[in-house]
Amino acid sequence: MSHVGLIFSRELKAYLRSPLGYAAAAGVLLIDGIWFMARALGGTEEKRLSATVLSEFFNGASGTTAILAIALAMRLVAAEEDAGTLVLLKTAPVSDWEVVLGKFLGVMAVILAVTGLTAYMPALILVNGKVSYQHVLVGYAGVMLLGGAVAAIGLFASALAKSQVVAAILGAVLVGAMYLWWLVAKIADPPVRDVLEELAIHHLRMRDFMTGVLRLENVVYYLAVAFFFLLASVKTLEARRWR
Amino acid sequence: MGEYAPARIPVIEIVELSKYYGEARAVGPLSFTIEKGEIVGLLGLNGAGKTTTLRMLASDLLPTSGRMVVDGVDLAAEPGLVRARIGYLPDRPPLYGEMTVREFLEFAARLRDVAASDVPARVSEVLGLTSLVERADDRIDTLSHGFKQRVGIAQAIVHKPSLLLLDEPISGLDPVQIVEMRELIRSLRGVQTIVISSHILSEISETCDRLLVLRDGSLVAQGSESELREHMVTHDLAVVVRLAADETEAELVELVRGLDGVTRVARGAADEPGADAVKLAVSATADVRAEVCRALCAKGYAVVGLERGARELESVFLELAGRGKREREEAAS
Repeated sequence: MSHVGLIFSRELKAYLRSPLGYAAAAGVLLIDGIWFMARALGGTEEKRLSATVLSEFFNGASGTTAILAIALAMRLVAAEEDAGTLVLLKTAPVSDWEVVLGKFLGVMAVILAVTGLTAYMPALILVNGKVSYQHVLVGYAGVMLLGGAVAAIGLFASALAKSQVVAAILGAVLVGAMYLWWLVAKIADPPVRDVLEELAIHHLRMRDFMTGVLRLENVVYYLAVAFFFLLASVKTLEARRWR
Repeated sequence: MGEYAPARIPVIEIVELSKYYGEARAVGPLSFTIEKGEIVGLLGLNGAGKTTTLRMLASDLLPTSGRMVVDGVDLAAEPGLVRARIGYLPDRPPLYGEMTVREFLEFAARLRDVAASDVPARVSEVLGLTSLVERADDRIDTLSHGFKQRVGIAQAIVHKPSLLLLDEPISGLDPVQIVEMRELIRSLRGVQTIVISSHILSEISETCDRLLVLRDGSLVAQGSESELREHMVTHDLAVVVRLAADETEAELVELVRGLDGVTRVARGAADEPGADAVKLAVSATADVRAEVCRALCAKGYAVVGLERGARELESVFLELAGRGKREREEAAS
């Protein structure tokens, strides 16, 4: 596991030493702030329940975190391939699982840090309104689980594509399709409708977290999506050794 | 009791190694061994399969078939163990620009399982060996190409590998950097077993103990510089004769052509001053210098020059490496 720690630490330093990490963090905080003011608080003419405001905040934060995860993950393998540094990891006595896990945890650390910086908004609701700590924690757990699933999809896209731009587009298309399945579900008949609704990455799954409801099936869903795409990333890296 | 001869220890054994992309053969089947402490040059024109071969040796690329054994460990059975025994510098040094030289070498050492307690000492040692001490705390992306190449070599030797693979380490360097790089590689003689690839013979003929010549992915010759020259030795002669007034060139050619073993006689380019000097280019199946000399002297010819056609190693290499290309061109025409 020491290799995972080593790769994790290098990834984290790479984000801290490049403008990408700071630019992405600034963008997320700006959009979350605007969303919070303009959408979650709902302007001045309409009074809202604190719990509704908090749910709306998590709705916005889940979207920006998904975009952040794609933006951060697009470089993980594609940039190394482009710079010719991937060979360093491929020819070292390190397994592909260790490479993928180290990189994934590096991205997750940045997502966690950026998400942590948004905590002043729920804190304002806690101080000025009536919401439970549990609602805040469950909401953040949902944001992080979604971020993890999307980061794993982004990592897979980065392992598959030869450039960061293609990786970002591929990742966005995959995540976008999984977001929009619930729209397809609307026009489908059971059992296809049920399957698509259950598989949609945001629609039903995130709604529970946003409203402070913790369901094991939702946690398992996000962990399963993350595991599936991390496994796909490992297999993609293995396949790269043949060409 | 026979004389004691030190055992030759193969560091790497390659058996029938080949790489196919679909139906197209890129390399192989290759079979060779490299012994401990040897510096071996992998020579071939661009596209001959040098990089593909090195990538397979570095376990960056999986072979389609064949075996590779490093220090007695089979790559297929223990890929991790084999990778820990190999240092590899690809044609583009794999460097993280945002790290300092020292940080990067520490990272590379720990990635290759050097014990954490040994890392600082080992990094200091390779910084000294590659003359990077003064640049140790500089960010890698601020270094010149020559220094980056040094860092590339440093990362490849930081874990004391059994085998060091260098893919065109001299390409892109200026003349001063080339001399420094040669000295650096020479300084590793005796410390490392090294395979260096190049498409320029003069770059590596001085540095290497043995050369492997690749053409179209196959090994066409191997041996030391002198063995390769011997491999391609010919019995061509250049004979220079000064003709007397009563002697003709036709008679001279006729006489030489009649000797045993001579297959062809042609008028060579005259580089001897004077209109009476004739240079003959003689091709033969054996060394006929003595016979030619005796026959000409017996007939009273003034032989002023007789030498075996000299073959520079460069022309041997071109002959070996370029033959396939020429054959293809001839077949196409």
